[in-house]
Amino acid sequence: MAMRPLLLMPEILLFLGGLVVLLSGSFLARDRQWVARVLAAAVLVASAVAAALNLSGPAEMAIEGTFTVDVTTGVARIVADLGVLVVLALASDEIAGSPREGETYALMLFSTAGTLILAGADDLLVLVVGFLLASIPLYGLIGIARTPAGAESAMKTYLLGSLLGILMLLGVTVLYGVTATTSYAVLGDRLADAPAGAVAAGGVGVLAGLMFKAGGVPGHFWVPDAAQGAGGAVAAFLTTIPKVGAVIAAYRLVDVLPDTLAGPLLVGLLAVASMTLGNLAAYWQTDPRRLLGWSTVSQVGYLLVPVAVAGRSDLALPSLLLYLAAYTVTNLSAFALTTAFPDSRNLESYRGMGRANPWLGASLVVALLGLVGTPPTIVFVGKLTTTAAAWDAGHAWLAVAVFVNTVASLFYYLRWIAPVYGHGHRDGSEDAEASHDPALTTARIFSASAAVVTAALSVGLGLGAGLLWRVIA
Amino acid sequence: MLSLIVFFPLAAALVLLSLPRLSDTASRWAWVAVAAVDLALVVTVWVRYETPAPGRLAFEQQVEWIPGVNSSYHVGVDGLSLPLIAMTAVIFLACAVYALRETDRPRLQAALFLFLQSVSMGLFVSADLIVFFVFFDLSIVAMYFVIAGWGHGDAARSALKFFLYTFLGSLALLVGFIGLYIAADPHTFDMVALSEQTPLAGSPLAGGLVLAAILLGLAVKTPTVPFHTWLPPAHTDAPAIGSAVLAGVLLKMGTYGFVRIAMPMLPDAWRAWAWVILAVGVVSVVYGALVALAQTDLKRMIAYTSVNHMGYIVVAVGAAGLVAGDTGEARSIAVTGAVTQMVSHGLITGALFLLAGVLRDRAGSYDLGAYGGLAAPAPRFAALFAVGAFASLGLPGFSGFIAEFQILTGSIAAAPVTAIAVLGILITAALFLLALQRIFTGQTRGRSTGFSDVRPPELWSVGMLLLLSVLIGVFPRPLLDVVEPASHALIDLVGR
Repeated sequence: MAMRPLLLMPEILLFLGGLVVLLSGSFLARDRQWVARVLAAAVLVASAVAAALNLSGPAEMAIEGTFTVDVTTGVARIVADLGVLVVLALASDEIAGSPREGETYALMLFSTAGTLILAGADDLLVLVVGFLLASIPLYGLIGIARTPAGAESAMKTYLLGSLLGILMLLGVTVLYGVTATTSYAVLGDRLADAPAGAVAAGGVGVLAGLMFKAGGVPGHFWVPDAAQGAGGAVAAFLTTIPKVGAVIAAYRLVDVLPDTLAGPLLVGLLAVASMTLGNLAAYWQTDPRRLLGWSTVSQVGYLLVPVAVAGRSDLALPSLLLYLAAYTVTNLSAFALTTAFPDSRNLESYRGMGRANPWLGASLVVALLGLVGTPPTIVFVGKLTTTAAAWDAGHAWLAVAVFVNTVASLFYYLRWIAPVYGHGHRDGSEDAEASHDPALTTARIFSASAAVVTAALSVGLGLGAGLLWRVIA
Repeated sequence: MLSLIVFFPLAAALVLLSLPRLSDTASRWAWVAVAAVDLALVVTVWVRYETPAPGRLAFEQQVEWIPGVNSSYHVGVDGLSLPLIAMTAVIFLACAVYALRETDRPRLQAALFLFLQSVSMGLFVSADLIVFFVFFDLSIVAMYFVIAGWGHGDAARSALKFFLYTFLGSLALLVGFIGLYIAADPHTFDMVALSEQTPLAGSPLAGGLVLAAILLGLAVKTPTVPFHTWLPPAHTDAPAIGSAVLAGVLLKMGTYGFVRIAMPMLPDAWRAWAWVILAVGVVSVVYGALVALAQTDLKRMIAYTSVNHMGYIVVAVGAAGLVAGDTGEARSIAVTGAVTQMVSHGLITGALFLLAGVLRDRAGSYDLGAYGGLAAPAPRFAALFAVGAFASLGLPGFSGFIAEFQILTGSIAAAPVTAIAVLGILITAALFLLALQRIFTGQTRGRSTGFSDVRPPELWSVGMLLLLSVLIGVFPRPLLDVVEPASHALIDLVGR
């Protein structure tokens, strides 16, 4: 056991990079804040490259065996880094030249570092550190827009995060109390002999904290509010990046929980509750960002399916990583379409968008049908492999639940797609050309490009899923 | 070769999309040219086709796709799929010709239909369940945009209904596919391997559930009673060429799934549930015909006759599962009839929907009561429609007769009770004669006045489909020679 800090290079880069961005942002004039943005982007690229260089190596332990650097951590690093890079592109349209621009980037980098620590944590205490480092910058990010809705959702997130964070600490305490260790390597053996009730209480507590980070039931209440109330780039960030760490952390945790506990059943029920609730709540939303916020709750449900069968099927881990990458790409594409038209905060205001901007219309269709899991997008491969994993582990009911929910989700995504290619306006004017909302004719350039690129990527990755699989399996 | 047939239209669609300045006329003719080339490629395959060994495929190609779940891009043809590929190519060419007069965004329409053609071709040649599913789902997406984008009436609502229904079906199908995958050892999605293995042979309960999931998916798409309610609104509000493709090609994806996936991979479960399938088929035949008889809207009427015609196919495949004694030969005739019916229904119903499109184009209504004495102002239209109607009711000399005769011969030999289905033919005959009478005979009145006769694109497209139906009706041998070995092989597989 040794420190081996070099293995943590991607996280260190993110954290130090965050500090540099914070400092340079403070000293730069408001119209020169793009320098901070470029710095942040460079840091992310460097972190992703460092992660990629480590990817092919064998699994290694850092910081005295409390942090695992394996393929899973590596994939999480690359996905999160590149995901934040896309978020920066959205921010270039939205908050360029605004006050606190540099601080926003710094907070994003800190939160990403925390997320990655969550993903690699192999020790309950490191898990808590990661949780706090990922959460605290997030509260600031949500409220940084300084709008009434932003303040409200920041408050809500903070309260829920504190509550579930305390539950998590309590869970860690209980697990430590019955096993006298916090290291997963030892935890697995000792938990089997520990009293089942205490293990259950501890496990549930830790899971509760992770569900807050992932935005799954029961810690999901903040997600739709924050997605609606925060700025567009922040909304894209908070519905995507924290999930990468939280879901992987949940996987690692469930993997060490003993068979005395019905862990798979519990996580499976949480998964079904998340997907069902997210879908039902999304049905009649009219704000696209709030709709997407609820849709991410349901997506967490799908992500929890392989978590539920952690270690019980060979497909579970690769399918989880594949789905995480797929979800990140596709969800960012959908959010990019909301930041491309910042004034269109109503599904109906997208009427005729597909005719005015054919590329963006096509991207919207790909992104939303991608979230449904329509082939050949990468989410389809993710859904296919995760459900196969669940079935393989003997939980066919989870697979059925996923598909029933997928049908249910189609309806609200179509509610957004339909006006995009709809004729004219509701008031009956048939002249499609004349009825274009002026807000739709000029898409923000960075968001629009990001939307098209990520949509293309979601199809491209789906077609090349075999290559991706070889990397992660 | 098969991949070229599948992806050439898609490539052409992408080229069309990337040329926003292309003139409307050029787009329309480019579409016709691409469809014609694709048909030529299919003809080449047909000429070079040699019947593969039972359980194998001709013109096979296989490339690794998702090795983690043993899914590969695997394509190939046999006697079950080759006729459908040919029919698909013909119908899309007919649609391209028909659309030469299209004025509403012809470039986008051409691209969308070429995409749909790629998807349909891909489905019929796929030999991997996931590849099959990918194309199955994409066909739904493409048809949604055809109806929502170029439809009329309450198109948005009909398109949504179509999407939700068939998407539900497709996911049920996917559940069944994953069930097959998990049961197979080693796990695989490859159709050829699964047909060899028959993974769920030993477990009636699991086999029955997986078959139920697959049947649900295919029954929605086919559609059979009681899953047919999406079909009439989708057809009524779809554009003419959309209806032709929907009825001609997309419905076949359901019945093709029966013979390609359900029967060879789950023979035990299929035999156990053959009576249920047979009953659903008979009900579809009779119910579809009766409801069609009651319609006053021409497109809804044709849509319900589709339920009736597809019902015959379900009867045939159900009867094929009634393994008993020496009925093997009869059951193989029924399967041959089923495949012939898929081709025949595609050609004839495609032609009828295109003709219904002419009605809407000239007079803006499908209401049978709004017309009368149309034969006087539009004699060629009347002649084409009469030929289509007679072909559809199964008159000898047309492909429908060959198909339905074989289906009924085979099915009645295997299960005499299927004779009830003959009733369907009788009712269909009555309803088509009634429709002919109301639209074409008597005094020229209502919307018939000032009706201009069919124009060359309409004549050529409809004529092409009906001519093929007559050719198959008179010289069925070339088609049957391809189908028969495959249906023998299928009956052997079901009898295992």
